[in-house]
Amino acid sequence: MNVLEVSNLRKTFGDEVVLNDLNLVVPEHTATVLIGASGSGKSTLLRCINLLEQIDDGEIRIDGIEISDPHINEDTVRRKLGMVFQSFNLFPHMTVLENITLAPIRVHRVSKEEAIESAKTLLSRFDLLDKADQYPDRLSGGQQQRVAIIRSIANKPRLLLLDEVTSALDPVLVNEVLSIVRDLKADGMTMVLATHEMGFATQVADEVCFLKDGHILERGTAKEVLESPQLPETKDFLKRVHEAGRL
Amino acid sequence: MENRSPARSNSGRAFSWVPSAREKNRQVARAKIARKRIAIATASSFLVIGALLVGLVTSPGWEVVKKTFFDWNYGLEILDLVVKGLVTNVTLTIVASIVIGIIALGLALARTSKSAAMTPFRILSTVYVDVFRGVPLLLVILLVGFGVPALRLSGVTNSVIVLGTVAVIITYSAYVAEVIRSGILSIHPSQRAAARSLGLSQAQTMRHVVLPQAFKRVVPPLLNDLVALLKDTGLVSILGVTDAVRAAQIQGSRTFNYTPYVIAAILFLLITIPLTRYTDRVLQRSINKQNAQGSA
Repeated sequence: MNVLEVSNLRKTFGDEVVLNDLNLVVPEHTATVLIGASGSGKSTLLRCINLLEQIDDGEIRIDGIEISDPHINEDTVRRKLGMVFQSFNLFPHMTVLENITLAPIRVHRVSKEEAIESAKTLLSRFDLLDKADQYPDRLSGGQQQRVAIIRSIANKPRLLLLDEVTSALDPVLVNEVLSIVRDLKADGMTMVLATHEMGFATQVADEVCFLKDGHILERGTAKEVLESPQLPETKDFLKRVHEAGRL
Repeated sequence: MENRSPARSNSGRAFSWVPSAREKNRQVARAKIARKRIAIATASSFLVIGALLVGLVTSPGWEVVKKTFFDWNYGLEILDLVVKGLVTNVTLTIVASIVIGIIALGLALARTSKSAAMTPFRILSTVYVDVFRGVPLLLVILLVGFGVPALRLSGVTNSVIVLGTVAVIITYSAYVAEVIRSGILSIHPSQRAAARSLGLSQAQTMRHVVLPQAFKRVVPPLLNDLVALLKDTGLVSILGVTDAVRAAQIQGSRTFNYTPYVIAAILFLLITIPLTRYTDRVLQRSINKQNAQGSA
């Protein structure tokens, strides 16, 4: 069963075409990794799937339901999706626990006790239980991003969108965030990730898509795309990533 | 899961430290610079403030001014009358600020709302704010205070104090609405994006994510407005309300001694200065609380 189907997607910002004729299928329990230079359209694609951007053509379906239909209730769609941002975007006026339980209580109408209970279970699973009553600005970047991931999975989303979740972190903290994502993948979470961490892409990706100028130029398993790329553009991109020491 | 270097086990050990000769020299130098700065500040303060005082007391009319504005014995005599007036100002401020808070929040929410059903309210609140932010408060007080009774509406009060309060509420709601709106707009869009992506509706995002952060930011300007409101309640005296300003005026024109005005000014300051100090402290405390939580 396909959780996400994107067909012929087009998105422009003014005269600039950001996504062009983009097609993507993400089956249940799989992870799709989007790679490509900054500005290639990775983040925009994730924001379109989450209805944070309005698309200009094509179609997006979640569990077979067309969410690009203007009549669709955006809130209902987003309830099925989790999104994690590069800049964490935790709510600074709420404690870690309040951040995590806000949506379960207010949106999913879970009882407060139950929400706190399952939030604490998640926190202890990822070694953050001692931070439950702290405010986000007391946490390291890696801890903040882990809380942000927990916050988005507390809603038990059908699909998790991760937008360069380690790009704002220093190298030492990257691994603690990636290990959560690996755990989620092992749990069978369906995911779409934009990342610059190629080694990590190899570990979790069922499919790797190389984006350039708003189009998926090359796609395949991590082995195919990252180890024996076919197109000169992909080779060039990977070479530059390699030179930057990220492979 | 986390690779911590073994050096971490050393953290927390207290190292004994003796300042180096270089640091001792620096401390001496810093102390010397500090002493010099204090000396300059003291000298210049005495010079400037002293010159102003000398200019004041040597002015040709000083003796007369002293008698008509700073007659403390007379001031003491009329003190209770002015205080009684000030109670009116304070009561009016408290009542008005509650109503203003509610109306202003409504105006700000209406103006920042994007929902289609809210369109008429968005237009109306924009017009309202444009108009009442641009008309002098004194004019609004006169128009409401004399205009409403002239309409001879049945069931509508002709009490000048009520009408004066209404006029103050009308104008200040526009000011405060703009302060709240600026607070709402100052919250970064990524906060909304995060809230919406969790499935929160527009209204829930506003209530749980945007407004709490916005309010914290607008506390200082709102307190400024509260101080301004207290002072501006003095304007309702034009309708004949016996507030502190009016009480001082009555006494002043009775004896041609203006000490009551000075007394009224001092009484206002007795409230406004602690109020501003207090609000600074409240703000600082809330910042400290959020920064220090869980650091123990």
